[in-house]
Amino acid sequence: MDTSLNWIKDLVPGMKGVTDEEYRDAMTLSGTKVECFERLNRNLENIVVGEILSVDRHPDADKLVVCQVNVGEAQPVQIVTGAPNVQPGTSGQFVPVVLDGGKVAGGHDGGPLPENGIKIKKGKLRGVESFGMMCALEELGADANLFPDAAEDGIYIFSPDLGLKPGDDAVKALGLDDAIFEYEITNNRVDCYSVLGIAREAAATFGHEFKPPVTKPTGNNENASDYISVEIKAPDLCSRYTARVVKNVKFGPSPEWMKRRLRSCGIRPINNIVDITNYVMAEYGQPMHAFDYETIEDQKIIVDRAKDGESFTTLDGNERKLDGDILMICDGKKQIGIAGIMGGENSMITEDVKTIVFESATFNGTNIRKSAKRLSMRTDASGKFEKGLDPETALQAVDRACALVEELGAGEVVGGVVDIYPDPVSKKRIKFEPDSYNALLGTDISRTDMLKFFEPLEIEYDESANELIIPTFRQDLNLGADIAEEVARFFGYDKVSSTLPSGTGAVDVVGGLSFEDRVNEAVIDLATAQGYSQSLTYSFESPGVFDKLGFSEDAPERKTVLISNPLGEDFSVMRTLSVNGMLTSLGTNYSRRNENVKLFELAKVYIPSGNEDELPDERTILTFGCFGEGDFFDLKGVVENTLDGLGLSKKREYRAVSCYPYLHPGRQAYVGYEGKTIGHLGEVHPDVAEKYGIEDRVYLAFIDLAAIEEFVSFEKLYEGIANFPAVTRDISLVMKRDVPVGELEGIIESKGGKILESYRLFDLYEGEQIGEDSKSVAYNITFRAPDRTLSDEDVNPVMDKIFEECAARGFELRK
Amino acid sequence: MEEQLKQLIDETLDKIKTASTPDELSGIRVSVLGKKGALTGLLKGMKNVAPEERAAVGKIVNDAKSAISGALENAESELKKNLRSARLREETIDVTLPAKKKDLGHRHPNRVALEEVERIFIGMGYEVVHGPEVEFDYYNFEALNIPADHPAKDEQDTFYINDKIVLRTQTSPVQVRVMEKGKIPIRMIAPGRVFRADEVDATHSPCFHQIEGMVIDEGITFADLKGTLESFAKRLFGEDTRLKFRPHHFPFTEPSAEVDVTCFKCGGKGCRMCKGEGWIEILGCGMIHPKVLERCNVDTSKYSGFAFGIGLERIALLKYEIDDMRLLYENDVRFLGQF
Repeated sequence: MDTSLNWIKDLVPGMKGVTDEEYRDAMTLSGTKVECFERLNRNLENIVVGEILSVDRHPDADKLVVCQVNVGEAQPVQIVTGAPNVQPGTSGQFVPVVLDGGKVAGGHDGGPLPENGIKIKKGKLRGVESFGMMCALEELGADANLFPDAAEDGIYIFSPDLGLKPGDDAVKALGLDDAIFEYEITNNRVDCYSVLGIAREAAATFGHEFKPPVTKPTGNNENASDYISVEIKAPDLCSRYTARVVKNVKFGPSPEWMKRRLRSCGIRPINNIVDITNYVMAEYGQPMHAFDYETIEDQKIIVDRAKDGESFTTLDGNERKLDGDILMICDGKKQIGIAGIMGGENSMITEDVKTIVFESATFNGTNIRKSAKRLSMRTDASGKFEKGLDPETALQAVDRACALVEELGAGEVVGGVVDIYPDPVSKKRIKFEPDSYNALLGTDISRTDMLKFFEPLEIEYDESANELIIPTFRQDLNLGADIAEEVARFFGYDKVSSTLPSGTGAVDVVGGLSFEDRVNEAVIDLATAQGYSQSLTYSFESPGVFDKLGFSEDAPERKTVLISNPLGEDFSVMRTLSVNGMLTSLGTNYSRRNENVKLFELAKVYIPSGNEDELPDERTILTFGCFGEGDFFDLKGVVENTLDGLGLSKKREYRAVSCYPYLHPGRQAYVGYEGKTIGHLGEVHPDVAEKYGIEDRVYLAFIDLAAIEEFVSFEKLYEGIANFPAVTRDISLVMKRDVPVGELEGIIESKGGKILESYRLFDLYEGEQIGEDSKSVAYNITFRAPDRTLSDEDVNPVMDKIFEECAARGFELRK
Repeated sequence: MEEQLKQLIDETLDKIKTASTPDELSGIRVSVLGKKGALTGLLKGMKNVAPEERAAVGKIVNDAKSAISGALENAESELKKNLRSARLREETIDVTLPAKKKDLGHRHPNRVALEEVERIFIGMGYEVVHGPEVEFDYYNFEALNIPADHPAKDEQDTFYINDKIVLRTQTSPVQVRVMEKGKIPIRMIAPGRVFRADEVDATHSPCFHQIEGMVIDEGITFADLKGTLESFAKRLFGEDTRLKFRPHHFPFTEPSAEVDVTCFKCGGKGCRMCKGEGWIEILGCGMIHPKVLERCNVDTSKYSGFAFGIGLERIALLKYEIDDMRLLYENDVRFLGQF
């Protein structure tokens, strides 16, 4: 929503001295947020109206002319120009002239305007002195599109009808002594999508009187209802339809004041009739439409839904496919407009129209919004209607339009109005409760002050009932809390004091992290301490990910939560795996030649419940990924450290598997704990790594935090530091190559007894000195007792048990 | 004998003086004081000394022994000292050679910002809670006073799974879930991921994060909301930070406000970061709408409350001067390493 400040000041005359900045700040603080503003004459200095007295050829340049220009001083000034629309031998044109020492906004090419404008100084052009410059609109920083009378290329020439004199302020004559404000209007304030609505807020904000235009009664002694009848067949979609008739239409240009105001709203003036409808739309926020009366068959307007599959040609010449939810304006025989969106080609006004019907109606906002979207034709009108307009405004607007027709002499207004308004809105009443407003706000504002704030907002007070009477255009005011906001807005949010909540919560609520947060925090500490940096990836991805990762057609991972309106296929499924996000991040790093990359992510995955009406299971998967330094066992170490840090004190089970298609079939492991699956890890399958552009070994590990939550513990118990020395023994075995070392560790664990403290692999050998299908494994085992020094009698029997079990499994002892 | 002794002392002391290694010194010790040493040999000759002279000679021998062993000890400690200082001289290093650094992992900037925010609110007695990201339409919209035909529900903003389930567009549904538990007073924040159908660019992402806040208790006022957010912003951005509360509209709060803080780079004078305005918008807030409270069975005659929603990325981008939101989801380690 844009308005000109001059227009607002005309409606609130007391604001005359308010500066642009004051206006911006005050309006923003009272709730009409100014997004930005542009002072149109910021860089326009010393620019006057000049009358061209003579145009002569330049003696030395074909494309230049030498003009004598009357700028309202005793002597004319000489100006050399190359403008194509100033021809030798002509005279009498009124043009904007920037005098020596003045300033313009930009160059004549219409490129971006320089921050500080362009200074104009006298000088010589091909040897002939020039004391200023005649200006094109581009040089004045104006949008030439909004000046239909401007020459396509060249100096702007004022219409002689303006009655300008040489020396007049040209900036003012062009309406450029103004500032345009752009507001962010919240969707509850439908009334503020209009100049009058903004002006009313401005009046309340600055405490000056609001003077809206007074609409005088209009019309001849005929009656519009003799010309036309209206029937609403879809009252749910059209709450009011008003129509007035204008005959003997006289087309012509609008007066300068109207053009200027239309331009300030970014609207190009066209002719008086079109301009009037646009002007009233800007003023009241009420879109209007003008039909050619001659094209309306049976003198009847019917508002009804279209039928599925119908088509209709709108006034822009395009054919539109209709459906049963689109509201149409019809006459006795045919459709003549899409309600609230665009009129039809068959009823549009043309230059030889004699009689017109003005429509000013109230359509259902939601229906218009949805229809406009389905038709993909969001128009100025639909943009207003979709907010849900006040039906009371419809009549005001059509009367205003007719008053303007009379004022502009654009035609003869027929008396009376056809007004179909089956269910008029009434003004809401809300109890006036100053104490509860103060209690909610934490203020101490007097009831008198409150009532003073309401006055300019046109909220009346019925003292006998102690009720506030809400104007119909304020659809947002329904409850005490809404009134409290009005009080706060005009008291000033900034004047409300700042306190901290008291109440029982100050003692009853103890702040802190949830257990889930503490787990996440611990994980982040553990991962970063091990050199892994935290990554974040999107929750949705392409369904193609499953093919990329090598999943079979019937893999359960392919059962996903689907987004019905995704940004594109690449973002259409909620991930059931964190693999793709991690590999994508690693791939990005690889392609940017980052070395030794280590990342982790606390990635949510979304597992469908199987029931459409239920929410999916959201699980956080701690995901590690790396390439460069390190191998499978380094990452296994990271997993182990992390589980240790989370208090999973028992032994984790690692089992070779081959079920994860994105991992190397011989280098992947399942991770179990207490018989429960808690994760997996492995080296990425080279085919998959290649698809992510990584030509290096990549390792991934996954821990399902939901699965380990029951085991996580932050309890710590001091166990004491060993007081007695340890005894260590080495064991060296030859075993079959395909037997996992984990089996030997299992033997040590199960046979080691209470005195077993730890064990450590110190040698692993495969090669010539041993059989081809064998490997040699050597462990260092440490025993310790908390209460004594261990002797051979303690350790030997344990070692014997270990040896026995090894022998039983066919592991051969190396001496 | 006396002469022999004197000669031995002189010779030995000379040798000690010229000795340059610990080995030489221990050789001297052995050759003089050892079992078969010269002095020991002389002592063996004592049996030939006349008994009346023995005491005197004995003293002479003992004196010689302590003189020699004293000299040896001195020399040894001197030599040790010299050797140590020589070693220290040799071991001098160039301390300006590069450090050997272990790779440290880094938190994501979002996480760094979140932890800062969480610390502040936990300090003010708030609990941190969570809700689902894939959420019922009811919690995301209806319970928050956003009726079925509200423009915010249009498909262009919201990702739908089906008629009843959406990707939450805000963390506000957690408010409803917490209220429904029926335990009042409430002081909570709910950080989490939210989704909007925005194309990816420098300032938009279809996934981003918010931090919801809510307080419900007896006598909670708009002034309390102001005071709380002022305390928060001063902690986060510095004590000199000022706040501007602008009236705004949210369906689930009334009165509502948007809050700007003085630009933490220029302090409010206007700079590139605040686009010359001196102020930066950081959050939306308001008093919880009576309809929302009623729907959650909160007794509005007794209780009132406020709520606020902070854009986490907004804080992270502004506070760390990150100029492109896409960087947050690329996970380039050269980016992550800066936090």
